[in-house]
Amino acid sequence: MTEAQHYTTSEILAILSARQLQDGQVVFAGIGVPLLAATLAQRTRCPALTILFEGGVVGAFVEPGKLPPSTNDQRCTKRANMVLGSADVLLLLQRGYVDVGFMGGAQIDQYGNLNSSFIGDPKKPKTRLPGTGGGNDISSLTNMIVAMKHEKRRFVENVDFITSPGFIRGGTSRRDSGLPSGGMLRVITELAVFGFDEKTRRIRVLALNPGVTREEVQENTGFRLDFDDKLQVTSPPTDHELQTLRLLDPERLFTA
Amino acid sequence: MADTLVEPYDRLRQNMSRRDRSLREKVVSLEEAGRFVQDGMKVGVGGSTMSRTPMALLWELIRQRRKDLSISRCIVSTDGDLVFGSGIASHVVTSWFAQGILWGLSKVMRHHVESGEKRYEEWSHMAIGMRFRAGGMGVPFLPTRTMLGSDVMAQRPEVKQIDCPFTGEKVLLVPALNPDVALIHVQRCDPYGNAQIDGLQFMDIDLALAANSVILTTERIVSNDQIRRAPDQTKIPFFCVDAVVEVPYGSAPHECYGLYEPMVRHMESYVAQVNADPVKGMQEYLERYFYAPKNWNEYLSLIGMNELLEATQKGRSIYND
Repeated sequence: MTEAQHYTTSEILAILSARQLQDGQVVFAGIGVPLLAATLAQRTRCPALTILFEGGVVGAFVEPGKLPPSTNDQRCTKRANMVLGSADVLLLLQRGYVDVGFMGGAQIDQYGNLNSSFIGDPKKPKTRLPGTGGGNDISSLTNMIVAMKHEKRRFVENVDFITSPGFIRGGTSRRDSGLPSGGMLRVITELAVFGFDEKTRRIRVLALNPGVTREEVQENTGFRLDFDDKLQVTSPPTDHELQTLRLLDPERLFTA
Repeated sequence: MADTLVEPYDRLRQNMSRRDRSLREKVVSLEEAGRFVQDGMKVGVGGSTMSRTPMALLWELIRQRRKDLSISRCIVSTDGDLVFGSGIASHVVTSWFAQGILWGLSKVMRHHVESGEKRYEEWSHMAIGMRFRAGGMGVPFLPTRTMLGSDVMAQRPEVKQIDCPFTGEKVLLVPALNPDVALIHVQRCDPYGNAQIDGLQFMDIDLALAANSVILTTERIVSNDQIRRAPDQTKIPFFCVDAVVEVPYGSAPHECYGLYEPMVRHMESYVAQVNADPVKGMQEYLERYFYAPKNWNEYLSLIGMNELLEATQKGRSIYND
């Protein structure tokens, strides 16, 4: 194993997430690992990737070492194609211009619903979290890739509060709620890559990360997991991926 | 001030007909501008997160000890802490409320909201945008395809889910938001209020059109001739604007596009101080930076020359090749 092969949780999240993107796609990226992963994809396999940010940026081209502290800061606009108002960039999702939405997650459930609003009873919360931002809009209107840390308390059977809808209660409940387009596509963690069953819309393990066992994934999940019949093992980060990523974030703002 | 969720159209038009929309000079001091905002008003705040926050106006309102304001802004960061912590607002309407993504949860927001003392009313980012846009368009609501099926929708009695009369599809109607007053910070404007915004405009144009009055702070006041040389850069027309205040570094410690980036060390020490004790830490912060300074320049001096210069160097570099 080369020196480059020691990597952090955030680094493997960013690299495996970047691999999910395809050249030519239009991707709406949140701050942190999603921004890094989209930029990594753009700098490696997908030079024609178009990145949108909710601050109003169309076609971002973030500079290595100058990562923006949020998707509403001036650094997001450097070398972009266009700057819009934030409502207008979000409306691009509604019109259908966006192929993939890309977000982090605080808590997720078996149907890919995300909670970033409340821990505990929303009427008397144990913790009031920051809320949706554009998360609800992105997940309501396009296909989602979520990159998040894998912990039992974050992978729960049913979230306390659906901030950003996945497949809601499974089956056709998302479509029936008035959301005919989009939905959860992939969830990436430091342990595995997940997809969703076409009928039940329940989460399932598609691939284990290098060196990770089924048992390990199950033990760190708060509900019974399904494993795909053709369960794969993901290939480890390449030196090129790691080096490119570290050039993007030399101060380890989002990859600590 | 509105006692209904959506202002009846008659009243919206009456408010407008009472406004002096003539081409006139509106330059006032920060202190005078603060008096445009009365206790209990619905206040729309421009910019987003840590960008083009009208910090000088919020600073002034906190010094003037306003009460019971209802603040709406697309995304709220430390400005949300400050309006709760100082007691000028009891209600914040937004889509995201923390101190900034680098620092995680706001202990100040948590303290005030989890105790039930103050309200954080959560909407999706786009829904806030559609509420300001409806307000700016003079219509009572706009249809959207967001928030449907989520608990963000379920906990908002203000919305209506309907079957579209044309297609039968489910759509969500979000009510217009017409703030009593909007506070917006811009890079430059003329004495009449023709405002030019560089870079990210966020929801400020809709907000300015929606509000029943607008106070602008500006990094600099330029002549009307200068505005007329590049009218395509003017984003807010003068007749929306009721007062203009020249306030250099008016967003500090947040950023103003092309001029300065966020003053990160000040933000870091702020976060450490208020999160250590959301009540006492906040009181001490407000005392030192908000109540004690004689004027805005003294506040900037407390933030410090090093911070201002570093932020300026980074801010201007956006225009470097």
